[in-house]
Amino acid sequence: MDFPTSAHVIVIGAGIAGNSVVGHLAEMGWKNIVQIDKGPLPNPGGSTGHASNFCFPVDHSKEMTMLTLDSTRQYAEMDVMVVSGGIEVARAPERMEELRRRMTSATAWGVESHLISPAEVEELVPFINRDIILGGFYSPGVTVVDSLRAGTIMRERAQALDALTVLPNTEVLSMEVRNGAIAAVVTDKGRIETEHLVIACGVWSPRMAEMAGATIPLTPAVHQMIDVGPIPILQATNSEIGYPIVRDMDTYMYERQTAGSMEVGSYAHRPIFHHPNDIPSLGESLLSPTELPFTDEDFDLQMEHALELMPDILSAAEIRYAINGLLSLTPDAMPLLGETVEVKNLWSAAAVWIKEGPGVGKMIAQWMTQGYPEIDPHSSDIARFYRYARNNHHIYARCSEHFNKTYGIVHPREQWESNRRVRTVPAYPRQVELGAVFYEAGGWERPQWYEANAPLVEKYGVEGREHEWDARWWSPIINAEHLAMRESVGMVDLTAFAIFDITGPGVVDYIQKMAVNQCDVRVGRAVYTPLLTETGGFRADLTILRLGEHHYRVISGGGDGARDRYWFRKHLPDDGSVTFVDNTSGVSTVGLWGPNARKVIESLTSDDVSHQGFPYGSVREVNLRGIDTLMLRISYVGELGWEISVSMEQGLQLWDMLWEAGQEWGVVPVGIGVYGTTGRLEKGYRLMGAELESEYNPVEAGLARPKIKRADFIGKGPYLQARAEDPATILCTLTVEDHTSASGIERYMGGNEPILTADGERITDSHGRPSYVTTAGNGPSVGKYLLLAYLPPEHAVEGRELAVMYMNELYPVKVAVVGSTPLFDPANERMRV
Amino acid sequence: MNILVCVKRVPAPGARIVLTDDSQGIDTRHLGFTTSPHEECAVEAAVQLKERHGGTTTVLTLGPPDAVEQLRYSVSVGADRVVLVPADSTEWDPQATASALVEAIKDLEGDSPFDLILFGNESADSGGYQVGIRVARALGRPVISGLKGIEIDGDQMVGRRETDEGFEVYRLPMPAIAAAKEGITLPRYPTLPGRLKSRRAEIHEVPAEMTPGGQEMVSLLKPAEEVTETVILGHGAEAAPGVVRLLEEVGLL
Repeated sequence: MDFPTSAHVIVIGAGIAGNSVVGHLAEMGWKNIVQIDKGPLPNPGGSTGHASNFCFPVDHSKEMTMLTLDSTRQYAEMDVMVVSGGIEVARAPERMEELRRRMTSATAWGVESHLISPAEVEELVPFINRDIILGGFYSPGVTVVDSLRAGTIMRERAQALDALTVLPNTEVLSMEVRNGAIAAVVTDKGRIETEHLVIACGVWSPRMAEMAGATIPLTPAVHQMIDVGPIPILQATNSEIGYPIVRDMDTYMYERQTAGSMEVGSYAHRPIFHHPNDIPSLGESLLSPTELPFTDEDFDLQMEHALELMPDILSAAEIRYAINGLLSLTPDAMPLLGETVEVKNLWSAAAVWIKEGPGVGKMIAQWMTQGYPEIDPHSSDIARFYRYARNNHHIYARCSEHFNKTYGIVHPREQWESNRRVRTVPAYPRQVELGAVFYEAGGWERPQWYEANAPLVEKYGVEGREHEWDARWWSPIINAEHLAMRESVGMVDLTAFAIFDITGPGVVDYIQKMAVNQCDVRVGRAVYTPLLTETGGFRADLTILRLGEHHYRVISGGGDGARDRYWFRKHLPDDGSVTFVDNTSGVSTVGLWGPNARKVIESLTSDDVSHQGFPYGSVREVNLRGIDTLMLRISYVGELGWEISVSMEQGLQLWDMLWEAGQEWGVVPVGIGVYGTTGRLEKGYRLMGAELESEYNPVEAGLARPKIKRADFIGKGPYLQARAEDPATILCTLTVEDHTSASGIERYMGGNEPILTADGERITDSHGRPSYVTTAGNGPSVGKYLLLAYLPPEHAVEGRELAVMYMNELYPVKVAVVGSTPLFDPANERMRV
Repeated sequence: MNILVCVKRVPAPGARIVLTDDSQGIDTRHLGFTTSPHEECAVEAAVQLKERHGGTTTVLTLGPPDAVEQLRYSVSVGADRVVLVPADSTEWDPQATASALVEAIKDLEGDSPFDLILFGNESADSGGYQVGIRVARALGRPVISGLKGIEIDGDQMVGRRETDEGFEVYRLPMPAIAAAKEGITLPRYPTLPGRLKSRRAEIHEVPAEMTPGGQEMVSLLKPAEEVTETVILGHGAEAAPGVVRLLEEVGLL
């Protein structure tokens, strides 16, 4: 075979990720694929080669569960899978509660699971010490797969389609980038020109990306495991796996049969990281580059725990294999998928574990082929990380924090502790003085509520939450701030907004192409609009201001800013007619909302800020007592008011001025608890990443406008089609009718719970999408607890009685609103006065 | 039956060995460490003898503080008592090693010598083949090297060593010394309880003086690597013509 000199796409890595990408690209019609690995086949020595290969399908994350379920279907189709079942056992009462939460997620995503007693666990796993466990979460569908064999099948299928050249034992030495796009790869055997490149080489991925000037923010990390045998009861099964896999959740360990022995693995030891450049080569390694020498002092406690759980079989058997296996960890424990933000046509399929490998392969191939994948990659998109989060300082800090939470009980609202205060707003010192409780968004510290508002709780008679879990990472002060804002006026710091200034002669056409709604509006108007994917699902949801003939400003949420920045930059025209500037770090914004908002502003300027003089949806420069501001009349909380922006260095001055002027009008500092949840929910406003996903379209989300603009835009075709059809599902607001649990405690859902029929049957739409809570929270002004959820038409009927599952119990709910009409102030009168 | 086994901590390298920049040692940054394989077998032989005849097995190493790891490992596979003779991390030549060991052994023995002292035939890293014999000479005890089989017969040790023609069998009056070779017996793996017990084992320290020997290392040299490449001639029957062509090329057909 001659060494290839050019390729349509090069895939680096022949582990589960690379092989899956190769297989799916070929299946979708790609030709001239070249796959490179520095190791031999079929096991080139990466993490796939020593993986435990078991797949537990249930995850609280829908995205991860969907990827895993898709992968399981693929493993089954390739016939490389054994269904073993798996049990997560609880030693502590808190874990039993977590297992009930897992039952809830299993129901939401449609995975068969059962809560079982210690006796039932023992029936399935006769060698377990039932005296130390309280129960188990049993998923009969847990599987063990042959990931190397699956990889070989994927490659062979691609080869059968005459689409693939595989180059094992070939090392990538450098990369060439031309005009910001990947152009060639230089290996120790020769140079290959390429149009596309996928980095799918696990722990080595950062090193590969660096060759092209891109970043793949992960760290190789140690996961210790030992193999203990021979064990007669396991040998007697005469199979690779005859007993369910046990996850000993409270000790962060698992026990998994491998033929006649037991593999004991751990996520309990100290975090141990390696730099990709310090991983030994194949030749230098005793076993393989990712099977490093076992550091036994890190495993002592785990051995004791394993002996406690399975004393009968583990005490006599020998430790025959023990490694510090390397796997990939990312700052938020999700994979790194998609095109890199730095280099065009350079893709990442990294930090992928066996359970989601084939699903990821399909996702990447769809993404490269049709512009966007079927499963929304919102949480795995490599573009989600801002620059500050792409270095080892951040990676090590966050991975150190979450490694031991791999099997941990993580509250959905839980905040990171490490590497905080990375981005602080000008008014940060004031907010600290006001007792702000800071949550993080895109690295920004944002007050979630202010302890200084504690007296308002009594004033408004706000009730707390009885159950510690429901009250965790929450405060009744949020509801009090909400009510105070609706009564007088609130100040919300919104500096975390991502701000993009887009200018140039081609800007109108460009913005029109990006956004669904009409953006060719007169200067001084604001447009709230979705951005769609090529396939017509939500890609972003944001506000676009026309600040000049050739100047637009895009305002997006801090959490999604990095992804949106990538999306806007990716679609810039090549002719230089549009200039993109990320002004996020240059602009500070404070929202001022409430019935008294205008009175505060009037005290600071002689400009006409009346409803007629400054109508809703308009934006203009206003000098507020000497400070040049940009004021935007808009609201995400359903009140009269403005978002007021100044240059960053005047942010503190703005805050102090509004604070001082607001005293007369009862101003309260208001946190994101109101802005992001309670205020938003009462108004039925949708949030990207919660209600708005690429798996749903504007018609389903109730965001389709009566008219369609003439200009073309991304996703227009599918959007028109969606408008012509009856929606398969409709976003609704539901109210919880009774919060009382079986044990008589009032419970409050947190989001992601399944919406079921009143008698507990799952609800899915005609596309198979389940109904679940996209956002949950208090509606203090409407006196109800509110849930947003998509419901198929037969259930999307106002007054319909349904149920929500929470911690494995059912609570009655009622459909309050079908579509986007707000529950609070349905005519939006308060915003338009 | 009291047995002493002397072991050495050595790196566990892969196929390719990397030297340090000054060529004075091998680069162990990515390597694990192990007990020299001959000595691992010697420990196993000693534990089996103890299991059969009673007594104790003591394992001793001369090495850096990290060598405790190898001592604990020997406890996890059955040693009763472990002794560290602290040394720096430089390579001691066989003479210096032997004289330090003799000192330590005298210290441990007092008036009651070990019935048997086992060494590995040679260490996995420096391969000097000398230490056991030097210690035997200094202590005035009989010694056999290349030991591939061992039995106890009253107050005699019966040792077997392999030659090209077959086996030689020696009877040594105890106290005696032997240098064992891999294959004398198959070492066991530790159990979980064994490993946990080893973590709690007490490490006895016996100090020893460094008396420089006559051997000096100039530098390590790495022979040129042989680069081989696998060429796949085909799969199944389609590979046959390629195989035939190859056999013809090398003159076998």
